[in-house]
Amino acid sequence: MSTQASPPSTSGVKLQMDHVRKTFERDGKSISVLEDINLDVRNGEFICLVGPSGCGKSTMLNVMGGFLSPTSGSVAIDGETVQGPDPRRILVFQERGVFPWLTVEGNIGFGLSKLSDTERRQRIAHYVQLVRLQGFEHSYPSDLSGGMKQRLQVARALAVNPDILYLDEPFGALDSVTRFIMRGELLRIWQTERRTIIFVTHDIDEAVQLADRVVVLSSRPAKIQDVLTIDIEHPRNLSSPRYLELRDQLAQKIGLAYSV
Amino acid sequence: MNWLARLRPVAFIAVLLIIWQVAIDRHPGQLLPGPWQTLRGIGDLLQHGLLFKYIVASLFRVTWGFLLAAVIAIPLGLTIGWYSRAEMAFNPLVQIFRPISPLAWIPIAILWFGVGDLSSIFLIFIGCFFSLLLTAMSAVHNIPDVYIDVGRNFGLSTPNFIYRVLYPAVAPQLIVGLRITLGIAWLVVVAAEMIAVNSGLGFLIVDARNAGNRYDLVVAAMVIIGIIGLLLDLAMRSLEQVKSFRWGFPEN
Amino acid sequence: MSTLRKPAPWEKFFWPILAAALLLAIWHYSVIWTATKVFPSPLSVEKGLVELVHKHVLWADIIDSLRRVAIGFGLAAIVGIPFGLALGWFPSLHQIFNPVLQILRPISPIAWIPVAIIFFGIGDKPATFLVFLGAFFPIVVACASGVSTVPSIYRRAGRNFGLSPAQILVRVVFPAALPQILIGLRIALGIAWLVVVAGEMIAVDSGLGFLVIDSRNSGKRYDLVVAAMLIIGVIGLALDLLFRQIEKIRSVRWGFRS
Repeated sequence: MSTQASPPSTSGVKLQMDHVRKTFERDGKSISVLEDINLDVRNGEFICLVGPSGCGKSTMLNVMGGFLSPTSGSVAIDGETVQGPDPRRILVFQERGVFPWLTVEGNIGFGLSKLSDTERRQRIAHYVQLVRLQGFEHSYPSDLSGGMKQRLQVARALAVNPDILYLDEPFGALDSVTRFIMRGELLRIWQTERRTIIFVTHDIDEAVQLADRVVVLSSRPAKIQDVLTIDIEHPRNLSSPRYLELRDQLAQKIGLAYSV
Repeated sequence: MNWLARLRPVAFIAVLLIIWQVAIDRHPGQLLPGPWQTLRGIGDLLQHGLLFKYIVASLFRVTWGFLLAAVIAIPLGLTIGWYSRAEMAFNPLVQIFRPISPLAWIPIAILWFGVGDLSSIFLIFIGCFFSLLLTAMSAVHNIPDVYIDVGRNFGLSTPNFIYRVLYPAVAPQLIVGLRITLGIAWLVVVAAEMIAVNSGLGFLIVDARNAGNRYDLVVAAMVIIGIIGLLLDLAMRSLEQVKSFRWGFPEN
Repeated sequence: MSTLRKPAPWEKFFWPILAAALLLAIWHYSVIWTATKVFPSPLSVEKGLVELVHKHVLWADIIDSLRRVAIGFGLAAIVGIPFGLALGWFPSLHQIFNPVLQILRPISPIAWIPVAIIFFGIGDKPATFLVFLGAFFPIVVACASGVSTVPSIYRRAGRNFGLSPAQILVRVVFPAALPQILIGLRIALGIAWLVVVAGEMIAVDSGLGFLVIDSRNSGKRYDLVVAAMLIIGVIGLALDLLFRQIEKIRSVRWGFRS
């Protein structure tokens, strides 16, 4: 487990997906989930993957993270082919990701066993503060709300100083108010400790509010249909014309008529 | 009204005892004891010092058989559950041996260990072994994939992974399995003692009957067996509470 | 679970056969190496199996054991299922009966033999009674807990649609509890099989349990002992698999994760 971020590659490209395909075998049939994905993610970028339900966004994230290997094509991070999961790139799950048998401190310190006691305690304290869970250091996840559990997951992930943070619909199980607050928190954390973030969501607003670039996936088998650059500076005004324009563009690309 | 409600089961037991006593009284000269006789039987056993001696003998065998089985079956079961090839290899064998009553092993047990403590411990071991093996296998299967993915993501070494993810994740299920298996051990020991040894509560039942039709002692022994079995179960349940509270395991 | 490559379909047969072959080999060579005169080798067990099959006694024994299980388990189900459902449905009933059940349950059915013989004499009936006892408690517990753990939203939905309590019990609660009830029945059947074999070792003179103990007592025929044990195991497994097929029936399928 590295304790400092790897040096950025010369071209600034952190993660590269090259002609990635992924098929699954089920009941003797081949199901193609990802079809010829090509994507370059730059260092420190915030990317959102959006697409219809079940299109393969999570699969793509898992392939990027090394939890699944591509059927063909390759994923490279800093020029190295991804072989498997690695503490340099941590995945935050939608729910049930925190260990119920560890306290908040225990969870955050989970990846820090190689540090000295003092270092570990310092680091845990830092991240408890960063995700605003002060006062809950000795609480168990069963005492925390859904939003707090997700913040805990993010703290645990950040504590090991990963280069890349993958988030798989992390706010999907939360109510809309909490979701809104969590987005702000995530952006704040991202601006404090800059990392490359790849964020899967099905929520169009969420994508436009958070991302530098939004990657639109088609329905299964997923291809990259489009990439939308969000050129608004943070903090983003959600009633600004540019925001609304981009949101409508995204909705169109996904194929939605945006009225109820 | 709460205390009134609590009286209901007590009242019910009282009614049962009365029916029992009446039924015995209506058939004088037959062998089964009434509740009062049974109580006197228990007193009898206490007086002769047999009660504690036999209880200790039975508990001793249960403890050894149970612990031996736990120490071997749990790690083995966790391993087999984890590696699908190991499970493919051993599951059919386990499924064939499991439905064989531990008591059917008696001839082999006597052959290998003679008549005495060792053979009854062996029988208890057999009974507990398969139950714990299957519990451990199932516990591993039930670990949510997320926990395993997180463990892999953080690059844990295998011993670290086992200690910090696998074991805590399976612990609650294992504890429930241990409680159920302890119940099985208690059933087996009584039956085993009726056949293969010369002390213990099961032996008391056969002995009381053979040496003079002392059915009051037979039923007394049955009552004590039931009570101790219940106490063992309650003790394990309280253990369950402590541990699962400690790990804050939500029941979803 | 492990991160090794997914096993190929042929491996489903390869590994168990390898494990069984290894076990037989170890068994065979242990017998030779310890030069035991009594413990049977795999070959003699196989011959013993053949011998049993040809002697008509084996079939009679199997039928006897199965019959006792069928009657004992059947009675336990007929009495236990309604009783268990009632306990789950009426918490006050559960409160009344539960302590007595909790004291009776840890008493091994085998311990009931002397009492059973007084009530039923010697022969089939006490053995069947033991099977009944063994199966009764798990069935009652499974039914009671199956009913009491039906989510209250289902019951409320039933009321919402104007069903009477009896209708709710039959059309909502029972189907909802059915998966758990079936699992309890399957477990009880397994227990019944264990009890009948144990009971036959003591209280009767027919059946597979009796075959085990008799083979030893009349002539130390350990080859027949082990052969009988294997037959017991296989039949027990067959009963279990048969029951799992029942669980697979579509309308009950919903309660099981695939």
